Amino acid sequence: MNLALRDIRHRLGRFLLTCFGLSLLLGIVLSMIGIYRGLVEDALTLARAPGVQVWVVEEGTMGPFAEASRIPGDTREMVARIDGVAAAGSLTFQSVEGTRAGRPLRVYVVGFEPGRPGTPSHVVEGRQITRSHYEAIADRRTGLAVGEKLRLGRHDFTVVGLTEGQVASGGDPAVFVTLRDSQALQFELQPPSARRQAARGAAETSTDTINAVIARVAADVPPERVVDTLRRWKHLSAMSQAGQETLLLRSVVDKARKQIGLFTAILIVVSAVIIALIVYTMTMDKLREIATLKLIGAADRTIIGLIVQQAVAMGAIGFGLGALLIALARDVFPRRVILQPEDGLALAAVVLLVCLLSSGLGVRVALKVDPATALGG
Amino acid sequence: MAEALVRLEGLSKHFGEGDARVDALREVSLEVHPGRVVGLLGPSGSGKSTLLNVVGCITEPSAGRMFLDGDMVYDGRWLRGDLRRLRLDKIGFIFQFHNLLPFLTSRENVAVVLHLAGVETSEADRRAGELLEYLEVAHRGHAMPAKLSGGEAQRVAIARALANRPRIILADEPTAALDSQRAGIVMDLLQKVAREQQAAILVVTHDEKVFDRFDQIFHLRDGRLAE
Repeated sequence: MNLALRDIRHRLGRFLLTCFGLSLLLGIVLSMIGIYRGLVEDALTLARAPGVQVWVVEEGTMGPFAEASRIPGDTREMVARIDGVAAAGSLTFQSVEGTRAGRPLRVYVVGFEPGRPGTPSHVVEGRQITRSHYEAIADRRTGLAVGEKLRLGRHDFTVVGLTEGQVASGGDPAVFVTLRDSQALQFELQPPSARRQAARGAAETSTDTINAVIARVAADVPPERVVDTLRRWKHLSAMSQAGQETLLLRSVVDKARKQIGLFTAILIVVSAVIIALIVYTMTMDKLREIATLKLIGAADRTIIGLIVQQAVAMGAIGFGLGALLIALARDVFPRRVILQPEDGLALAAVVLLVCLLSSGLGVRVALKVDPATALGG
Repeated sequence: MAEALVRLEGLSKHFGEGDARVDALREVSLEVHPGRVVGLLGPSGSGKSTLLNVVGCITEPSAGRMFLDGDMVYDGRWLRGDLRRLRLDKIGFIFQFHNLLPFLTSRENVAVVLHLAGVETSEADRRAGELLEYLEVAHRGHAMPAKLSGGEAQRVAIARALANRPRIILADEPTAALDSQRAGIVMDLLQKVAREQQAAILVVTHDEKVFDRFDQIFHLRDGRLAE
């Protein structure tokens, strides 16, 4: 006869309501972990997408994600000629406030050279860009559909393809356009400004500027060898893919990571306190029953089992329900929430531990109950 | 006469020391024999509850000797370490407000005692059913305590007290919450149990309407016994 289950059955409504409250709390903890994972994934997505091994940026900068980087457009040809480089591509990156059907849409525009490294590799709907101008591949998170128009700067772009999960570290969905279009978007002046500059007699500046060159290294060549070669060129900086990822995590998402980590730790402590209070209250509600059980001869392990099993059941149901809620609601979050099985298991283990420790308070109270309490009115 | 199931020899119990010392029991000696229902009467503060707690092995006496079912269990100190097991095997308790576990059905309330004693679930359930039948409350076996009348709840409580076939039953004001008719029925049941199961039943009560139902009455006053 399981007394814990019988007691839960007796107070089912109250128990389930408590579990539901706990599930919301644990769901928030799980979502915070998921948001952190999403943050890291978002930060790395665009850097990983091209599948390259070497990044070349402006000398003295940590670009193109952690810092601004501007290098001449012909850098790609020089990099491509280095021994060991199989292919190279030019890229530009910029945040743009576009408009879609008259409504603002913030996107992260990536300029690339079609057919070269940097070309979106996973177009899940539609096709690749085939025209030189005014075609775009947008991420699904923009909400755009194939054939829809997106205004960027002075031009309307037609969405010809869609990607999935391509976002910037800030969470803005990516839109891929040709390098020429992105350069125009980034560096060309609006006509009134251009006229003003011309009137001032300022020399026309070239727009053939890019933010980075990426290089795919031949299979038998260590990427570090290419990086070392590039570092000897004093006007450029180079880093490996691993270096770029470390930089992104260290500089771009580090503070957010610490913030979320601290918040998650606080939430776990709050959960522990709440679970302890719930278990304590549940025990206090049963003091007379516990005294009766002791009086009729129940061993301490029976009393401890009653409390601990209920605490663990509450934690398990609360966690399960919380995980289910977040799994169902994760797409509603404006930023990506990634739920990984190992994170879920780790949190489940923490919840189990918290339940066991928290029930200690209730067990302590229960073991102190005098069986004589059951006698007398 | 058969050997007494409860025998107290010069049993004393005091709380506190020095000026704060309160003598709750003063050299109490009594015997309760099998098949008898014995009343323990006295005004509030006379030591009735303390005596019940001492015989129930809940409160440790300060001096004297105590024998339960022929075994000496106290002689200046407890002679057994497993007092809860002793209670489970030898003593049944009946309370003023029945104290049924609210999360168990009537039948489960009886079976739980057997379960605690290590009896297999199906056997415990069968014996619980028999006891409820014996106390004529089997038809309420699946009812929760909150749905039982006062009389029904007290019958279930008596069934629970009998579950492990204890030789000693301690009842604390078992009729106080019942009207005269139901109080009479409960006393009839206690007498039936005492006769048929050769149990010794010690009843603490203030309830004058049941004074004439005891085989023997002990009066307690200021911790001293006066039969």
